[in-house]
Amino acid sequence: MKWKNLIKVAFKSIVKNKMRTLLTMLGIIIGVGAVIVMVAIGKGAEQRIQNQISSMGTNLIMVFPGSSQQRGVHMGSDQGVRLTLDDVEWLKKNSTLLEAISPMVRSDVQVIGGSGNWNSSVYGVSEGYLAIRDWKLSSGDFFTANDIRAQSKICVIGQTLVKNLFANEDPVGQQLRLRNVPFRVIGVLKERGQSAFGQDQDDVIIAPYSTVYYRLSGQPHIHQILARATSLNQMEQAQAEITSIMRESHKLAEGEDADFTVRNQTDIASTAQETTRVLTILLASIASISLLVGGIGIMNIMLVSVTERTHEIGIRMAVGARSRDILVQFLIEAIVLSLSGGLIGVMIGFGATYIVHLATDWNTVIAMENVLLSFGFAGAVGVFFGYYPARKAAALNPIEALRYE
Amino acid sequence: MNSKEAVIRTEGVTKIYDSGEVQVEALKGIDLAIKPGELLAIMGASGSGKSTMLNILGCLDYPSRGDYFLDGIHVNDLDRDQLADIRNRKIGFVFQGFNLLARTSAFENVELPLLYTRNVPNQDINLLTRQALERVGLKDRAHHYPNQLSGGQQQRVAIARALVNQPAIILADEPTGNLDTRTSIEIMATFQELNRQGITIILVTHEHDIADYCRRVIEFRDGLIIRDQEVAQPRDASRDLETGQLQTSGLGERS
Repeated sequence: MKWKNLIKVAFKSIVKNKMRTLLTMLGIIIGVGAVIVMVAIGKGAEQRIQNQISSMGTNLIMVFPGSSQQRGVHMGSDQGVRLTLDDVEWLKKNSTLLEAISPMVRSDVQVIGGSGNWNSSVYGVSEGYLAIRDWKLSSGDFFTANDIRAQSKICVIGQTLVKNLFANEDPVGQQLRLRNVPFRVIGVLKERGQSAFGQDQDDVIIAPYSTVYYRLSGQPHIHQILARATSLNQMEQAQAEITSIMRESHKLAEGEDADFTVRNQTDIASTAQETTRVLTILLASIASISLLVGGIGIMNIMLVSVTERTHEIGIRMAVGARSRDILVQFLIEAIVLSLSGGLIGVMIGFGATYIVHLATDWNTVIAMENVLLSFGFAGAVGVFFGYYPARKAAALNPIEALRYE
Repeated sequence: MNSKEAVIRTEGVTKIYDSGEVQVEALKGIDLAIKPGELLAIMGASGSGKSTMLNILGCLDYPSRGDYFLDGIHVNDLDRDQLADIRNRKIGFVFQGFNLLARTSAFENVELPLLYTRNVPNQDINLLTRQALERVGLKDRAHHYPNQLSGGQQQRVAIARALVNQPAIILADEPTGNLDTRTSIEIMATFQELNRQGITIILVTHEHDIADYCRRVIEFRDGLIIRDQEVAQPRDASRDLETGQLQTSGLGERS
């Protein structure tokens, strides 16, 4: 029998029995739909966490002075060797994988202004700091390169200071005295909350590094260098580049231990991503089980259908169908059923994902490869679970099948 | 009589059903030759072996012993698939219960054997199907479903299905068993017409009135042929329909 005819026969028999067809497909529909929704939720969580981490500054690379090891002896940070503004200039001149570089000079200060006083830290940074930290202002402006050159006494403050010093007024334009040096507030940072290490990230005053360096800190070195890598995918390369430029800047010989440490936040990111990936796999496997159950449902109904259609099989055999024709017909029916079930499941999966997204405001991501995978899996389930009933149908004795009522 | 002359020839065909302890010999060595163009009735009570004989003649079953030649082919040597092909090309079946596929139009029922025939172009399938329906007078019912057709029409669809592949013989198993008298005679008229066109028809029946329309009657009892008779003047079904001689034929007494 020609393939075209076999497919025609299989299709006719599917269309003729709509209720049976629907029941058979139901398991696959639910299975495929569930896989798509579950994976979409898992992927969505994964993406959301990745976004959160990168909003904290995943591209952020930090350079600390001192090495954890010097000639085999553990020294800890801040021992002896310093980072200087020359290092920053050297990095700016030679790096290719960094889009912003800022020194950081930190000083703990008593702040007087507004409605009282507050103990906080002032961070001296460059104009690129907000980009590096992926931070935004809620009002006002940030300082510019000109302000840094002019050592302007201006600052931007975090929300904790706003709450404690300027509860009822707009801080922009107000004066703050930091260790008796008057600073004008020109902007307010958006709320950031706690850092991954439990610090209040909003308890900060940001000022031009030159001002802090020359007017407040009184120390001839900087505490940290911050940089933002151009791309998240090139963190490793960017770190390696910083290391080699810094070694050059510090004139370290080959094989000599570095007197600085380069760190980033991708480790945190990858841990979190690993967690959500496990979540996705878990959700997907639960959903896959329902797909498997759907497959068993197909086998179930196909088996019943073979019994129910014994007489029909007998007629087909009497008029000349070979065993193989019957086998292929039932197999095609199973595959068509599971594939159309898969197709409907995909559509329902899309719809349900959208509804979940609307109802819970969860982030959902439908990945095309997962859709294709579950669709293909549905087809495989059809072949696998359709084969046994099909073989049973093909092995029937034509006389007994004809006599069966 | 040689095998070229006879479309069907059996030599010592025996069928033994073995159910472990008991062996039942349903056929006890049947020698039978049927020439092309015969219209033959096989009669006998139930258990006489006529159904077993029909299964073997229809290539649905193998004889336990003996040889069966169909159109010169030694059927004993064929495997399951080859038997299926023989059924497909050389034999048309008509059953008591019509055995049409439900929810399937007359046209689709009739084309069914062609779908299982290798190397039939689609336009031929269409043409042959329409021709077969025309031969049984159901051209205008092609797209009706079995449940929209009367019993006689359903049986004519089944006959069209049997005809569609231009077989050497048509085997009919109690073709009028489910039909009323008038319709039965109509079906017999159709068979007689097809027979006049040269098709060999073998029908199994236990009704003498139906056998009266055949030109040769064979009777089975206990697995043996006890009567093999040529009928000199078989009844003409279409004339009976015209003259309305339905009651006198005695078919109404059939239970």
